Amino acid sequence: MMPKMNAKLSSGSYAIEVKNLVKFYGDFQAVRGISFKVAWGEVFGFLGPNGAGKTTTVKMLCGLAKIDGGNARVAGYELPRELKKAKGVIGVVPDISNLYAELSCIDNLVFAARMYGINKKESKKRAYELLEFFGLKEKAKAKFKALSKGLKRKLTLAAALVHNPKILFLDEPTLGLDVKSKRSVWRLIRKLNSNGLTVFLTTHNISEAFELCHRIAIIDKGLIVARGSPAELRKQFAASEAVEVSFAPSPPIQAISGLPGISHAHRSGESIIIVASDIALAVESLARFARERGLKLNYIASKGVEAEEVFLKILGESVAERA
Amino acid sequence: MRALLSELKRALCIAEKDLKEYYLKPPTISWGLVFPFTFALAFTLRGRSGPWLAPSLITLSLFFGSTSMSAASIVFERRMGSFERLLLYPISYTGIVFGKVLSSFFFGLLSSSATFAIIWMMFLIKPCYPLLLVVSIIGATFQFSALGVLLSFAVKDPSQAMTVFNSVRLPMMFLCGLIIPFSRLPPWLRYVSLLLPPTYATESIKYAFAGSYELLPPTIAIVSTYISFVIILYVTAYFIKRSIP
Repeated sequence: MMPKMNAKLSSGSYAIEVKNLVKFYGDFQAVRGISFKVAWGEVFGFLGPNGAGKTTTVKMLCGLAKIDGGNARVAGYELPRELKKAKGVIGVVPDISNLYAELSCIDNLVFAARMYGINKKESKKRAYELLEFFGLKEKAKAKFKALSKGLKRKLTLAAALVHNPKILFLDEPTLGLDVKSKRSVWRLIRKLNSNGLTVFLTTHNISEAFELCHRIAIIDKGLIVARGSPAELRKQFAASEAVEVSFAPSPPIQAISGLPGISHAHRSGESIIIVASDIALAVESLARFARERGLKLNYIASKGVEAEEVFLKILGESVAERA
Repeated sequence: MRALLSELKRALCIAEKDLKEYYLKPPTISWGLVFPFTFALAFTLRGRSGPWLAPSLITLSLFFGSTSMSAASIVFERRMGSFERLLLYPISYTGIVFGKVLSSFFFGLLSSSATFAIIWMMFLIKPCYPLLLVVSIIGATFQFSALGVLLSFAVKDPSQAMTVFNSVRLPMMFLCGLIIPFSRLPPWLRYVSLLLPPTYATESIKYAFAGSYELLPPTIAIVSTYISFVIILYVTAYFIKRSIP
């Protein structure tokens, strides 16, 4: 059974509102006056390299770090004044799977539920519902320490949902997971969001942010350097576009990379990936190239703008701006 | 009142979780029994008499058991990162500390009951004031458990906790009348003893058994035990708050 979400009970116009948030660790300023808003029901991504200030921001918003400056509201509750109330309506999945090693899966979930004030009977019911939802029903009696990394991550996610939170904070949810487990966690996040849950996700994984998030804020050295939907970011920062093309027979790669409109080409299995500086000119060049050499053009497909390229470009520009 | 009840409920949940995870395991339970038995045997072989031995032995096993257990669970959780989870729940820092104290308290009661049973079987000693003994043991268990929790938070690096812990605990053991009677301490050291919370618990337990006291009248000893427990509780909550970066 799908766990119920409380998004419709939300109060305040935004799930999260942050204005000029500041955090110091001694003399080092980890977060330097960031501001952003997260709408109810959206998946908001905080993307940035290691040490950018992502985890510090999440920690400030859920009470694990003090706020040194600025204002923050979570689910309509002002921090730190109404922190205890805010804690009651948020779920947090930290960057490490830190449930209790010696407790079974079911005991871990029941404990989490009871800490939110849910009675024992209802806690058990919800715990079993979540185990079923996460495909962990058969592991109910297994100790947390006996689970694989991927299953530990899923159970930690389940523990953050026992009280039907309004907002879910996910700090690097797929860190250290293999591709299969990563995809499985992505599917769960999409499923939870489609059921109305607001998700605040931090990641340094570019494809994760571009795959899952409705909106992304890119953070670097404690500052938000860009924000928007994945499509907007691609459009805003795209200077080149990637095209996948296949010829029969396949020509030498050097012959392709020198064509007008093409800045780079590399082989990827049977096909060739082309980074085009001018997409229209590149397609025209490729068609002419095939005609002149008597090659069969099997297919040509746009791969859009590579997320990684957008990310690196934004970070590059933010460094240049600061310099 | 409702808020206080919900804090208490959550503290009980923490205690239940700790008992399940750390305390109610065969090695821990057997340690809780073996430890007092070994102490009793060691003191008996050294020719200590039952009336002197009984209160000291109960207090000693309580002191070691309660302080070690609460500290071990917290140090372990701080190292593994699971202590952070408690800070995410809607419960006050004082509530968290009380939950941690409660788990150690229940274990301490079990251990002191076992010690009492061993003493009773070995020496057939009955306390002069049984009710006072119960009140004293409850107060002492709360106080010692809280002391263990406090010490495990007083250090910033959990890996250093046990070193710091023993450097505080061992001198306390010798100065609070547990091993050396106050009458054998130089007068200035008795003043130092008065600054140590376990002195009060030791004195009240001794009085409940023997019907006489060395340093403090029982009323002062018992009231001071409970007051010091509350003070330690709030100081520990302050340490947790301070540990948040």
